[in-house]
Amino acid sequence: MANTSYLEAGHRALREEMQRDERVWALGEDLGRGGVFGQYRGLQDTFGDERIVDTPISEACIMGAAVGAAMTDTRPVVEMRFSDFALCAVDELVNQAAKARFMFGGQMRVPLVVREPIGIWRSSAAQHSQSLEAWYAHIPGLVVVAPSTPADNLGLLKSAIRCDDPVVYMEHKNLWGFEGEVPEDEHLVPLGKAEIARAGRDVTLVTWSAMRHASLETAEELAARGIEVEVIDLRTLWPWDRDTVLASVERTGRLLVAQEAVSVAGFGAEIAATVAETLHDRLEAPVRRLGAPRIPVAYAPPLEDRVRVSKDEIVEAVVGMTRTSPSRVPAGQ
Amino acid sequence: MTQNAARAEETSANLDSERLLPVLSLMWKIRLFEETAIEAQREGLVLGAIHPSIGQEAVAAGICPNLRQADLLLSTHRGHGHTLAKGADPLAMMMELFGRAEGTCGGKGGSMHIADFGVGMLGANGVVGANITIGVGAAHALKMRRSDDIAVCIFGDGAINRGPFLEGLNWARVYDLPVLFVCEDNGFSATTRTRTLTGGPGAVARAESLGLPAEEVDGNDVLGVDAAARTAIDAIRQGGGPRFLQCRTYRMTGHTAVDPATYRDAAEVEEWRAHCPIARLEGALRLAGVDEARMQQQRTEAEQYMQDVYARARDAEWPDPAQAFADVQDIGNPAERAY
Ligand SMILES: Cc1ncc(C[n+]2csc(CCOP(=O)(O)OP(=O)(O)O)c2C)c(N)n1
Repeated sequence: MANTSYLEAGHRALREEMQRDERVWALGEDLGRGGVFGQYRGLQDTFGDERIVDTPISEACIMGAAVGAAMTDTRPVVEMRFSDFALCAVDELVNQAAKARFMFGGQMRVPLVVREPIGIWRSSAAQHSQSLEAWYAHIPGLVVVAPSTPADNLGLLKSAIRCDDPVVYMEHKNLWGFEGEVPEDEHLVPLGKAEIARAGRDVTLVTWSAMRHASLETAEELAARGIEVEVIDLRTLWPWDRDTVLASVERTGRLLVAQEAVSVAGFGAEIAATVAETLHDRLEAPVRRLGAPRIPVAYAPPLEDRVRVSKDEIVEAVVGMTRTSPSRVPAGQ
Repeated sequence: MTQNAARAEETSANLDSERLLPVLSLMWKIRLFEETAIEAQREGLVLGAIHPSIGQEAVAAGICPNLRQADLLLSTHRGHGHTLAKGADPLAMMMELFGRAEGTCGGKGGSMHIADFGVGMLGANGVVGANITIGVGAAHALKMRRSDDIAVCIFGDGAINRGPFLEGLNWARVYDLPVLFVCEDNGFSATTRTRTLTGGPGAVARAESLGLPAEEVDGNDVLGVDAAARTAIDAIRQGGGPRFLQCRTYRMTGHTAVDPATYRDAAEVEEWRAHCPIARLEGALRLAGVDEARMQQQRTEAEQYMQDVYARARDAEWPDPAQAFADVQDIGNPAERAY
């Protein structure tokens, strides 16, 4: 184990996969200089400018070219800088990459990874802060990944690069400097498997990406008050790990979803609906969702903060849910 | 004898008729495939929209015979001719139009998504202009592999007003990619004249402004298209980078098979009928001394072939409904319920 940053872990994942498989290459703007956040630093020196490709500011062509190159026996890793800019390439991702294999009757695959960082970060305002994972979870053909820890950024990015499906890989900008223990040996994390980040018997809190960390901190605070929250980090949104979530809610009888994205039509709605459909008679409290209000992310910190899910809100939601049912009194009372 | 006729005769004397008879045969195959499909749509056998290429056969037949099977072709919604010319099986294509299990895409794509990767045909496309960036990416991969195969992107004149046209051509130049762009210019963006929607002098000037050698040819003259394509393809194969060809042509049907095309007058259509690319090739072959019977044979064989294709496609099996769930994705391919 070594202490590594989330950014460094992603860097290592790409480096290892490019060493392992010469068909893997990366393309995007400013990659030769290391990428906007430094995720590609030094890689062009190692692999040359034909495998770490500096592209024009042509998002549609970056993505479209990756689709064509993926059909032609290479495995491109696309860098979109911000998920917001990836919207300039939605046709190429949604109509082409996601559908080609199906439309063409399974004649080929489109093994590409699109890295498109999400999330609120340092007053980046409305066009550089969005969390758009639900858009892609909606699209048949895509895999959607949102890693939250350095170890997962290593293991999931490696799995994404090895995956034959197009993968939308959403790192969180506010996590680049986040450090954690990372195995020094080969480390792969399977796509589609959640992690129970903290066990607990009273409430199941499902989350992903940066909200994992606020959720875990809040869970510790609640534990001090005698409420044991089980925190599940989905890690992959499509396919999402229904089995782990449903098994947990069966035990706790309570589901809370915490997401940074706009709550309306967000991925939390999918989880809430599934739990309500599947476990209705096991629920001790109505399912709850926490997420951003349906407003753009603002620039000024006091306005930006209005979008964030605060720890206080999580506490309030959990306490409220555990109060509703006299039959399942939380431990410690 | 007029000067033009004299020049035509002189060219005809040098025609390689043994090479051109198969081109004539291909053009008949395309025309009759389209006519068969239009008729089959009237009968309810072709289910979705089709965009026939009748009148435009010289583009497909002028370009594709200059390609190898390993060269990669990206086409459009009006792609039957290109796909046939690249070597796809007409029966599998017709079955795809009929939505049958043994269609090129197992009945999952239909006319606008015909693809046959086995012959280097990487797909028609339902999104105008989308094939340009994909073709550029295919060429990028070929170059990375140091292959001397090339990619060809065929698109309509309407596509030059989409962003991917600029992004894709620029990209091809920046990385010096082995790709031939072919603008199959039939004058219409669906049902509106493209010139009324296009700023500046048009496709060739746009390509040249991005540094691509570009040429305009008479797209109803298969000999001219063939000669221009051969020159361009040879240059690209030798590492010369991307090239651009604009082929001026005209579609004899409406935009789709059911479009009555009332936005143009009959005189214009008749004028173009006089430039029928098949009749023009036959004229040239006649001057070169090819006898009528051999030319007629190309047509008759194509007719018989398409009748057979039609009958077999009509009797072909539908896909198993379970196939709706196949080939979506490896990870997270859904089970047969709506979650
Ligand atoms: C992005 C996009 N916009 C609009 C359409 C609808 N559409 C289908 S074909 C077509 C006309 C395209 O004209 P052109 O590119 O010249 O090709 P042609 O039909 O003449 O062969 C249009 C507008 C589409 N398929 N994709």
